[in-house]
Amino acid sequence: MAVLSKEASQVILNKALQLSKADECEVTLSGSIEGNIRSAGNSVSTAGEKDKTTLSVSATFGKKTGFTTTNEFNDTALERVMSRAEELAKLSPENPEYMPLLGPQTYQEAITFNPTTAAVSSADRAEAVAKSISITKAANLEAAGFLNNTTSFVAIQNSKGLFAYYKETDVSFSVTVRNQEGTGSGHISQSFHDFSRLDTAAQTKIAAHKAVSSAGAQAIEPGKYTVILEPLAASGLLRFLMNGFDARNADEGRSFMSKKGGSTRLGEQLFHEKVTIYSDPLHPELPSPTWNNEGLPLDKNIWVKNGVVQSLSYSRYWADKKGVKPKPAATAIIMEGGEGSVEDLIKETEKGVLVTRFWYTRMVDPQTLTLTGLTRDGTFYIENGRIKFPIKNFRFNESPIIMLNNLEMLGKPVRSGNMIIPPMKIRDFTFTSLSDAV
Amino acid sequence: MGIGASLLPSIPLLGHEIPLEDAIVPVDIAVKKQLADVALNAARTNGASYADVRIGRYLNQFIITREQNVESISNTESFGMGIRVLVNGCWGFMATDNLDKDNIAKAAAQAVALAKVNSKLMAEPVQLAPQEGYGEVRWETPIEVNGFEVPVKEKVDLLLAVNNEGVKGGANYANSSLFLINEQKYFASTEGSYIDQNIHRLWPTFTITKTDSQSGRFESRNALSAPIGKGYEYLIPKEEEKVRGVVTTYKKRYDMLEDAREAAANLAEKLKAKPVAPGKYDLVLDPSQLFLTIHESVGHPTELDRVLGYEANMAGTSFLTLEKLKSENFNYGSPIVNLVADKTQPDTLGAVGYDDEGVKCKQWDIVKGGTLVGLQATRDQAHMLGLTESQGCSYAQSWEDVQFQRMPNVSLQPGKVKMSAADLIKDVEKGIYMLGRNTSSIDHQRYNFQFSSQLCYEIKNGKIVGMLSNAAYQSNTQEFWNSCAALGDKDDYRLGGTFFDGKGEPGQSSAVSHGCPTTRFNGINVINTGRKIS
Repeated sequence: MAVLSKEASQVILNKALQLSKADECEVTLSGSIEGNIRSAGNSVSTAGEKDKTTLSVSATFGKKTGFTTTNEFNDTALERVMSRAEELAKLSPENPEYMPLLGPQTYQEAITFNPTTAAVSSADRAEAVAKSISITKAANLEAAGFLNNTTSFVAIQNSKGLFAYYKETDVSFSVTVRNQEGTGSGHISQSFHDFSRLDTAAQTKIAAHKAVSSAGAQAIEPGKYTVILEPLAASGLLRFLMNGFDARNADEGRSFMSKKGGSTRLGEQLFHEKVTIYSDPLHPELPSPTWNNEGLPLDKNIWVKNGVVQSLSYSRYWADKKGVKPKPAATAIIMEGGEGSVEDLIKETEKGVLVTRFWYTRMVDPQTLTLTGLTRDGTFYIENGRIKFPIKNFRFNESPIIMLNNLEMLGKPVRSGNMIIPPMKIRDFTFTSLSDAV
Repeated sequence: MGIGASLLPSIPLLGHEIPLEDAIVPVDIAVKKQLADVALNAARTNGASYADVRIGRYLNQFIITREQNVESISNTESFGMGIRVLVNGCWGFMATDNLDKDNIAKAAAQAVALAKVNSKLMAEPVQLAPQEGYGEVRWETPIEVNGFEVPVKEKVDLLLAVNNEGVKGGANYANSSLFLINEQKYFASTEGSYIDQNIHRLWPTFTITKTDSQSGRFESRNALSAPIGKGYEYLIPKEEEKVRGVVTTYKKRYDMLEDAREAAANLAEKLKAKPVAPGKYDLVLDPSQLFLTIHESVGHPTELDRVLGYEANMAGTSFLTLEKLKSENFNYGSPIVNLVADKTQPDTLGAVGYDDEGVKCKQWDIVKGGTLVGLQATRDQAHMLGLTESQGCSYAQSWEDVQFQRMPNVSLQPGKVKMSAADLIKDVEKGIYMLGRNTSSIDHQRYNFQFSSQLCYEIKNGKIVGMLSNAAYQSNTQEFWNSCAALGDKDDYRLGGTFFDGKGEPGQSSAVSHGCPTTRFNGINVINTGRKIS
């Protein structure tokens, strides 16, 4: 069935809702068609497509809720998924935090769908990957990559008359290029909603250049360094930051947003004044859904302005308890920056380390948001405004909060996964040990 | 601060259990065979030299609670078919949830078409290790109690009682969860196998948190349970399955209430714990902590696809090479280090009868007497190791994902001399005793790693003298395993495991266990991870 129109979705959702005997019921229909090619050693390794549709049912009696899903859509299956949710609800204890379903809402029209991407064929994917492989073959380098495109939709309807629908396209391409000796490695990763913007050849050339120039890395002592983080590296750390914007965790004293004495850091200068972070579902470079899984509208919201925490996210329950409006968490984040490129930041650096990306980044201490992880696929020493030589990879132990206080410069933001983020120059970034990994 | 049992919510007593619905009873094998044959015939007709089909019904039940509230009870079900074909020596894969016979034939044709298009990008054709067809065979996890048949009320009651134990013991917050998974998998291939399997896994866990509003500090302690390939009987405690020590740990049965009580008591101590002084320590690692280090520093680097570069773009490669394996003298660890891969070990998350390309599962050595002797391979990789058959390491997380090489259970074998955790601790002059999984991070070739624990006790002159905070150990895989100085015995051997181990593109998760005894490692670098944000 895969990607259904708004009208076709409504037919199934109406049919399912008519079977409901619960006090309140919400049904969600989602589906996707996804195709991919995976390659390694300049050759395709696996490739496939999948076509999937799922119906989810949330049925509530009083404050008792049951949740079920199915991917079968005949009458028997619909009756079964509905009755199972209702049985489960009856068996559940009351949830004192249950919030009644929302009624009809008004949403902005999402700009997440691109017809070019929706029309991508297996031959288009193969051609894009062939362009990438031809570059590494010619340069006697080895590429391992992944190209994936998805067309999907989500529709939600409930017994109080709420209905919402969006469809989305997405394409992502990443490639890691290594030299034959295994002494150099480079990587790029890009995502778009529009397949026609993807240039696999140009991206592979960047990764190939890094693979060649990172060969023969020298070891330098771990310690505190000024770093230039490319957008991919910076996004790998900042993705941990937004989890801390949950108001309930902050109020409950179990987040870096909590303060001594029980209050939160809302309204405080927590970061350098150059830091401004917002979400905007209608941003043309990073379009995202205009409603969340409860049917709450998602609008533009500023989370940090000039380093000051402007807002925290509130679930419907916590907002009700605190007497404020619910504010859903952001699904895509935009951080403002400057105009310069990575090269411009390097030019302004007397001594420092250029980081292409981080790997295996994990939480060490949620109290301070200290993270650990390693550099990967191109780490270089900078001296007097120029890259001097490649260096061995480091393990870091650092907090993005401390990092965003030690901010010196920001470059021009670009999309990296579900963020738009600038390259950044940070002083006193803490590397704690060396790694032999290439 | 404590909340008494009187505040437990009133859960209605019900006259019937959760309905035993169609989904718990697997789809009729004869129906699955018919559907599989449609796919296999269509694949052959369209030009596939080999094809396999996996028909899967995947059932999950997740119960999530916090304090005295049930946050969610979810039953999910997914049913569909994945068809994999070999054409011109190139793989093609198509997954569909529309099991109408015409659509199955179309999906098989589409898998063939994909393989044809992509074969132009292929450097060398796939070589499959020979595999006999088994005919019609069955396998199922040997469970005593099916968790899906246990009344929801009973499961909810347990989790809320766990939370209550935590809060009663002084914690401010308590979250607990129960994950039940049932994979009903049917595999058929053009080589004549029709394999029906019914697999169960279970994971009970909690996080209990205590805050100190005056200092603004908070600490959490997670459960010391293991996700496990057992039925609900895992949650019925048995005294003989407990290992008593400074904190209680568990073998084949888990006492969730007792663990929550001890966790709450641990939290007060954690908030007052002394920051660790960085330096070299002898580490005594409990299986609840060490299993993850085995997973990351032995399980992953010995995956052949990583060694060959297939994972270079995502999970990374490996410090191991085929040359190191073939040398037969690559030193991985000290002579007491023996690591075994085993997909047949009872109670483990990775135990199945047959892998996802129809290969009967087995056991083999990875590291013997400290020397690397084996890796992990699937059918299309076996020839690269000079093997004449696959090691049965193929797995897909669902019908909709293509199968590929995944880690079997990899376990550290116990010592032969009688040895408990207490015996190991009493020989340590300056050391740290660590229990429970916490932060784990390792580089993309599996050299440099950093791990921490839920509980961290200082050892001085053979005695535990108190709790430490902010301690993490950093080491290098080969150095670490060569510092392995002493092992607990078979009576101390326990399983740990990970329920959601990620790998591949698109990402897939698998569940895998790692057994080991309490083990001592000498002279490991420990850092203090404490920072201040203002």
